[in-house]
Amino acid sequence: MPPTDEVMVEERVAALSTRSIKREAKMWALRAAISMTDLTTLEGMDTKEKVRQLCHKAIRPDPTDASIPPVAAVCVYPNLVGTAAEVLGATSVRVAAVSTYFPSGQAPLDLKVAETRQVVADGADEVDMVIDRGAFLAGDYVKVFSEVATVREAAGDACLKVILETGELGSYDNVRRASMLAMAAGADFIKTSTGKVSPAATPAVTLVMLESIRDFHRSTGRAVGMKPAGGIGSAKQAIRWLVLLNETLGLEWMTPQRFRFGASSLLNDLLMQIRWLETERYQSPDYFTRA
Amino acid sequence: MGNNDALAPRSETGVPLWEYQESRENPDLAAIRDRSGLWINGEETEPLTGKWFLTIDPATEGHLSMVAEAGPADVERAVGAARDAAAGWAAMPATERAKSLFRIARLIQERSRELAVLDTLDGGKPIREARDMDLPLVAAHFFYHAGWADKLEYAFLGTEPRPMGVVGQVIPWNFPLLMAAWKVAPALATGNTVVLKPAETTPLSALRLAEIAAEAGLPPGVLNVIPGAGATGAELVGHGGVDKVAFTGSTQVGKEIRRRLAGSGKALTLELGGKGAHVVFEDAPLDQAVEGVVNGIFFNQGQVCCAGSRLLVQESVASEFVDRLRRRLSTLRVGDPLDKNTDIGAINSAAQLQRITELVESGQEEGALIYQPPCELPERGFWFPPTLFTDVSQSHRIAREEIFGPVLSILTFRTPAEAVERANNTPYGLASGVWTSKGSRILWMADRLAAGVVWANTYNKFDPASPFGGVKESGFGREGGRHGLAAYLRGVG
Amino acid sequence: MVGRLAVSKTYKLYIDGAFPRSESGRTFAFTSDDGSVKVYLSRASRKDLRMAVRAARAALAGWKGRSGYNRGQVLYRIAEMVEDRAATFTAQLELGGRPTGEARKEVEETIDLLIWYAGWCDKYMQVIGNMNPVAGSFFNISVPEPVGVVGVSAPSAPVLRGLVAGLAPVISSGNTAVVVASPAQPMVAITLAEALATADVPAGAVNILTGCPEELAPWLAGHMDVNGVDLSGVHPDALSDLEEAASHNLKRTGRWENSDANLYRISAFTEIKTVWHPKGR
Repeated sequence: MPPTDEVMVEERVAALSTRSIKREAKMWALRAAISMTDLTTLEGMDTKEKVRQLCHKAIRPDPTDASIPPVAAVCVYPNLVGTAAEVLGATSVRVAAVSTYFPSGQAPLDLKVAETRQVVADGADEVDMVIDRGAFLAGDYVKVFSEVATVREAAGDACLKVILETGELGSYDNVRRASMLAMAAGADFIKTSTGKVSPAATPAVTLVMLESIRDFHRSTGRAVGMKPAGGIGSAKQAIRWLVLLNETLGLEWMTPQRFRFGASSLLNDLLMQIRWLETERYQSPDYFTRA
Repeated sequence: MGNNDALAPRSETGVPLWEYQESRENPDLAAIRDRSGLWINGEETEPLTGKWFLTIDPATEGHLSMVAEAGPADVERAVGAARDAAAGWAAMPATERAKSLFRIARLIQERSRELAVLDTLDGGKPIREARDMDLPLVAAHFFYHAGWADKLEYAFLGTEPRPMGVVGQVIPWNFPLLMAAWKVAPALATGNTVVLKPAETTPLSALRLAEIAAEAGLPPGVLNVIPGAGATGAELVGHGGVDKVAFTGSTQVGKEIRRRLAGSGKALTLELGGKGAHVVFEDAPLDQAVEGVVNGIFFNQGQVCCAGSRLLVQESVASEFVDRLRRRLSTLRVGDPLDKNTDIGAINSAAQLQRITELVESGQEEGALIYQPPCELPERGFWFPPTLFTDVSQSHRIAREEIFGPVLSILTFRTPAEAVERANNTPYGLASGVWTSKGSRILWMADRLAAGVVWANTYNKFDPASPFGGVKESGFGREGGRHGLAAYLRGVG
Repeated sequence: MVGRLAVSKTYKLYIDGAFPRSESGRTFAFTSDDGSVKVYLSRASRKDLRMAVRAARAALAGWKGRSGYNRGQVLYRIAEMVEDRAATFTAQLELGGRPTGEARKEVEETIDLLIWYAGWCDKYMQVIGNMNPVAGSFFNISVPEPVGVVGVSAPSAPVLRGLVAGLAPVISSGNTAVVVASPAQPMVAITLAEALATADVPAGAVNILTGCPEELAPWLAGHMDVNGVDLSGVHPDALSDLEEAASHNLKRTGRWENSDANLYRISAFTEIKTVWHPKGR
């Protein structure tokens, strides 16, 4: 595994941030970003009603514009999986559940396994697990690997997203190492963050993970997806991420099957930008529904 | 998620496409006039030669401006103006001199968009580079040197620095305004007056700089700009009224100047060609090394004296590294320099394109394997695609001669000692790159590479505080930093 | 005493730590000002010069690879050896026409000059080099390094101090040297060579040729494996041709009008190397 130079990786990201995405390319990117969004609510005060609202928003992000695609998934706590599944059941929008004692992951493995089985049984199509950062930072990579592999098995056919919580890993070398461990253990997606730790998804962390995905694909032939999550709130940021994706993994990865944004406030900003491009009038949030 | 797939734009064959649309900077910002005269003694003036030459946009071959060609009588006028201004400029309170330079720096910042477009049009470089690299450095050079003007007695211990007098400077076309800044800022800060000859294919931004300097309040005659070709440059460096010559350009011309100045007692600094080597070890941060190598050879279409035109990669990672490099090449965007998304712009001139083409052909004839990513080149203008050569041997022309184009020769090595031997096996010695995560090896390599600049785990970094210049046939003297000041001062050597 | 010195010894060249005769077999005569002493010395040929450059090149890696501290010790040892031979040097300078008091003074000044440069060996980098405060997260340092093999054309006056004023700064930074001695009093150059040979100077680090500078200097200035030349000793009329010869490989050239202690004679034959490295986690 090649090391990563922090300064130079950040310089590369800065250079890519100057890409100028205009007109049709921008419109395509905004709509693609919507289709790649995992619309997320992960609050202690989440209610069934809030989740139902969110699910309806996910299916029809802009009630006034039927051409806007649905988002990729709705991501909730285990308690609310059933509620989400009721609303989303017959739609293309998938139910994603955080699992493995999100966000800390500080629980025995058998509890994590049980939780994972439960969310899948309740209707989750996708499972977002966290790695044991304590074990990782202590150098116990075997434990990290075997946990991911065990949860992978428990998740069955569900899509498994593995959250590295990069804000706690301390270096890009560790981000790369954790990415490789998670992919080798069976992750379908690798995900930056829980959203509970700052910094969450930074462009540089994303680039390092995308490069890891590229290397893993080249050596194993298996294509793993990428999910930056946490702190991506604007359309401008989302486009910047798509540029990173485009220039690192290429168009084969520019689909919801291989790329997701974990976000909550991003969706409305994407919608506002689309409306602005269509109308050439700057928009007010009052005209967009909040779930 | 099936219906979401339909969102991805696809080509006729079903391959998804996401083309960035053209995002073109406005060429009118450059405000180019039909005729561009000489700049002597604080004003634009007609050439006594009566001769004007055309400068074109190498990306379109479109006409930009008719430029005055300075002949011997014009050189005489310009050197005379600089001589007349020298005593007053040197005697001016140093703090006032400093303020003049600070004001120039500020005006450059204010007009940086205009200047970036001007250099892009006249030289063919991508606007992204002109905007993000050249112009910020141009302003930084004036700011940095402005601050030295009244502190020179602190720069060299135990000396009493004095200006040289009149400085004749000849600069190349690859960084038209940045090279002017590298030359003019330290010369003025140290109390010299200047006659600057810009390259014949890129004279416009240097003339604009002279206007800006006048606007900033620089006294007449302190900075004179006289466009022309090689003959004008030869006239200038040979002029008896010039006390110091600073040249950036080819090693061949540099040697001619050295010969011409032999025995004259004139001070001379030369910043000449190179054949920079990137040494990539197996433990390197490979993805950043790929970026560094790409930046090292494709920055400014490879038309950079310190371009990393040779890649020495450790055999154990050679095939993987070359593979990464090829993939990365396929994402480079070649085309309209004014498009903000362009990575590789136009070659500066038909003559330069011909030289690149000829050397690349020699590489193929000598048996090296060529790789060029598929890319469409515009029909008009001067273009060359990013090019890699593998199976290159040390004796091939492409591994020895400076190509000054987007062409990388790849060789392999097995041990650090072999890497050093190969890297140094050239008459040049401007810059080298080392990529490894082992700190002690970096320092071991840095000690042994015959080069004026060693970039470790980075490449093509420039800063006004950092001395730049070569060893061996890459020239002598440094530009930038405390060391760069010495080139313009008497009594410090 | 002087007579015995002059006639009792053969003055040969100093190449690669040894004292060979010229490969050409040629000699030239030095006659003292008063005509009382006549000495034969080797007249170096261009082939001797070539051998000297080859020796200097071979010695370069070792000499510049030593610590500054170690080079300083060697230069100090040279001073000790010159002090030890002070009487010999004084006598030889007198043969060249220097009054006794001046000759003795020149020897003392030469010793002091050596000690001055000995002290610089492990300090000049600190004064000539520096960190550069570049924008961005980069470590950036500029350090002087020796240019390589340097030719020194020694002036005719002061003949001993002038030679040392050229040689000492060149070797203090780690260059190796090929010195063309002045024929004004060539014996001092070879006596100095004997001091060097017994002062732990590694073979080849300093080579000294006697003979006709007008004959040797063009070969030295034109040699493609010589990186710098100190032309202080050449006649002003020859400067143009020699600088032109030096242009073929862009040698660093320098010329000084005096033999004063001068830090910038060290830096003249060094190259600034600037190293960049990112600072990251």
